[in-house]
Amino acid sequence: MLHSPGHILSILQQVPDPEIPVISIVELGVIRDIQVNGSAVEVKITPTYSGCPAMKQIEDDVRAILKKEGFEEVIVKTVFDPPWTTDWIPEEAKEKLRRYGIAPPEHTTQDKSWLTGKQKTVLCPRCRSANTQLISQFGSTACKALYQCKDCLEPFDYFKCI
Amino acid sequence: MSNALFQYTLRLGDSSLILAQRLSEWTGHGPFLEEDLALTNIALDTLGTAKSFLEYAAQVEGKGRTDDDLAFFRNEREFFNPLITEQPNGDYAKTMVRQVIMDVYHLYLYKELAKSKDTTLSGIAQKAIKEVTYHVRHSASWLERFGNGTDESHQRAQDALNELWQYTQELFETPGSEKELLAQGVAVNLQDIQAKWETHVDELIRKANLKKPENVFMQRGSLDGIHTEHLGYLLAEMQHLPRMHPTAKW
Ligand SMILES: [Zn+2]
Repeated sequence: MLHSPGHILSILQQVPDPEIPVISIVELGVIRDIQVNGSAVEVKITPTYSGCPAMKQIEDDVRAILKKEGFEEVIVKTVFDPPWTTDWIPEEAKEKLRRYGIAPPEHTTQDKSWLTGKQKTVLCPRCRSANTQLISQFGSTACKALYQCKDCLEPFDYFKCI
Repeated sequence: MSNALFQYTLRLGDSSLILAQRLSEWTGHGPFLEEDLALTNIALDTLGTAKSFLEYAAQVEGKGRTDDDLAFFRNEREFFNPLITEQPNGDYAKTMVRQVIMDVYHLYLYKELAKSKDTTLSGIAQKAIKEVTYHVRHSASWLERFGNGTDESHQRAQDALNELWQYTQELFETPGSEKELLAQGVAVNLQDIQAKWETHVDELIRKANLKKPENVFMQRGSLDGIHTEHLGYLLAEMQHLPRMHPTAKW
């Protein structure tokens, strides 16, 4: 078996995010570091939100799949620095979110409109209309805000840019 | 040193834990669906921050206790959360005024704590800043709406401000045990934060056309574990399940 961090990363690519199963935990950007020492491996993960209830599940899933792949000792550590950002979600994963019905984070956090409160245009994931409005800063999970499309009238989740 | 760090981290954790418990009381009782979701999300963020601080406190203490032990198996006098966090929710104006006071406080507290020489504390703070920035926008917008809304909403917001102001000075008190941590660049200088907090909150009160309470007798006590009568009831509800079934796992 090839015990390189790259190999382990490809294994972890198979672990779906517990809340948004169309993207993997690697695409979500929560895997921060992988250290291999023989048949022991240490994986560092970072929470998306402080209170994200999926973190425990992600930790268990990482441990389970690596044990199954033959690693005898699997240590999963939580790190906070640098704090998670939606900038770590790659473009392909954003497209997967859109197809799943979740509007992906627009632009990057370099755009400080989330701080100043100025709203940016969020496209409806169903009809791609730009005629949408913010219903609530807070949605069905910590990482999402609630929007509504004023053309097709569908409410939808927007993956907040943080 | 490590005992001072334990106390410091414990107080940060208690502050978020008790506020989160209060906020979660709104779950299923919010004035409308979106607000119910908002408050529940804010409670969850705040609880997550509390968990991070309490996990670290348990680790610093090094006596084998866990974050759950600290949350569920301590008594009232062993909690160090500021008195304002344990005050009952009251009406929505009171909850939002308490939240404005705490959100702005947390924003500047965590901005400073993000520079702490203690890398765990600074990591937790960096994480929390992003979340608290959203919280401030939420509570500040409600204060503005209540203050500039109807006579009734204005009066309720003013009443809440008048009642809660007596608990604000305590947020900036530094216990003797923190002096060393302050000198080491681990703890945050609360006097610096007070000035920023006042400027920000004064501006929000002004925008809401409310009056800042003056000549208020300031309550204190939480640094010594002395609380208002409300904490005991809150803990009874929060702790009764794990205390009745201390070995339960789920
Ligand atoms: Zn649409």
